[in-house]
Amino acid sequence: MKHLLSIEDLGRGGIEEVLRLTDKFVEVSERAIPKVPALRGKTVVSLFYEDSTRTRLSFETAAKRLSADTMTFSVSSSSVNKGESLRDTVETIEAMGIDAVVVRHRSAGVPWRIAEWIDASVINGGDGWHQHPTQALLDCYTIRSRFAAARDPGGGPAFGGLRIAIVGDIKHSRVARSDVQAFAALGAEVVLVAPPTLLPPSLEGWPVTVAPDLDEVLGSLDVVYLLRLQRERMTEALIPSLREYRTRYGLTAGRVGRLRSDALVMHPGPMNRGVEIDAEVADDPRSVITAQVSNGVAVRMAVLFLLLGSGSEIVSTPLDRPVPVAVGDLA
Amino acid sequence: MAERERAATPPRGGVFVPRTTVMDAADLRRAVTRIAHEIVEHNHGLDRVALIGLQTGGVPLAYRLHEALLNIDGTDVRVGTLDVAFYRDDIGLRPVLPEEVTDISFDLTGLEVVLVDDVLFTGRTVRAALNALNDYGRPRAVQLAVMVDRGHRQLPIRPDFVGKNLPSRFDEQVDVSADGVVIGDVVPR
Repeated sequence: MKHLLSIEDLGRGGIEEVLRLTDKFVEVSERAIPKVPALRGKTVVSLFYEDSTRTRLSFETAAKRLSADTMTFSVSSSSVNKGESLRDTVETIEAMGIDAVVVRHRSAGVPWRIAEWIDASVINGGDGWHQHPTQALLDCYTIRSRFAAARDPGGGPAFGGLRIAIVGDIKHSRVARSDVQAFAALGAEVVLVAPPTLLPPSLEGWPVTVAPDLDEVLGSLDVVYLLRLQRERMTEALIPSLREYRTRYGLTAGRVGRLRSDALVMHPGPMNRGVEIDAEVADDPRSVITAQVSNGVAVRMAVLFLLLGSGSEIVSTPLDRPVPVAVGDLA
Repeated sequence: MAERERAATPPRGGVFVPRTTVMDAADLRRAVTRIAHEIVEHNHGLDRVALIGLQTGGVPLAYRLHEALLNIDGTDVRVGTLDVAFYRDDIGLRPVLPEEVTDISFDLTGLEVVLVDDVLFTGRTVRAALNALNDYGRPRAVQLAVMVDRGHRQLPIRPDFVGKNLPSRFDEQVDVSADGVVIGDVVPR
């Protein structure tokens, strides 16, 4: 595998391979000296046209733990401000001799264009509303380590029978798009919970069901995955007020009490405490939000190692294309 | 075992065809017992000895040595496993197997560490293992126990304890399993 652009590229086989390899890097991360020389001499560049805390730091930590060199490109202090185009910027960086680029951009599809332009590996660190594959992989790993490992000693993902609700701003969320594909590929049942204005215009082809009411599904869930209300992407009034959103869709202290005791609360971060998640819920024992972050480093080590180090081919199996679910009653 | 797995895995690919049995299961058992005695003698007891089996072929041997040492001396020596995949100088030429875990749950500082592997060949695995051990502490000394030394060293590495010296052609394969030691060839599929 040369690039990691979307979950679809990986397929179920690819996701499982990344998760299995991640176990090895979790072990590396737990050592007193959490560093191996596997990618010595490789250079990984993070090219972030959008703000990021955890994805960028997580990739850079992962690269450093594999002994790769890292470069950080920050738009605000670069020649992009002098009008340099994306293509010129990328080709300039490549000319310095690099092995991989982690790219985040506000427009969907940018990583695919970059992959056409340069020879280095391209990793999608989030493009617009479209995809965020490493987030989905770390989410799968977090869920697997809490549920599936206990069920399947072989360490297979075995998400069959798990019921996962993704709650909130699905429309603007690349995390939701990648997560839906990944969770469904591994066999989980995915429920979307959101106000109709925050659902995509069409859910044709999405392997999901839709529940308009969070309280209705709360008791049956294994995982409740909260999304951040992306105020920076909201150009119109999609919700009446943050308070009303919290009342209907926020995971409040009252709601978390109705969750099963072994259910997981997840959030890709950054959190709006008091909007989609109450402050005390984020610190509930069922919350695995910080585990998601630490797993993120190991998952990204696995991805970098697969792209730059192992030379082994990921065997991709196509994702199942499930029957579209009617969403006519939403409008 | 490990050598055959590696040889049978892409990109090299191939099928192992056994030719000669060099040691049978009883020979192997006697060799394990003798090496165990040598380890006790060499280290004047087992107080500070730890065994580290190299994935994958060295791991079962390390546990067999552990059992033999328990019978001889009554000491329950510490055993760990080590996968050197991330320390190799030929990363990318062979696959990383997730099943091969590194598990060293004790600090190696001050211990006499005995690295255990099935076959000593070019010495590159041992070189990688010495690098990896650095991350787990500073052993007082590192010794090397192998079931078969087949020659063809590419690095200045020599074993302290050897089950059998087995001169071989470079392109032959040596397979060590619980049933014994078999020499053979890998033929393309």
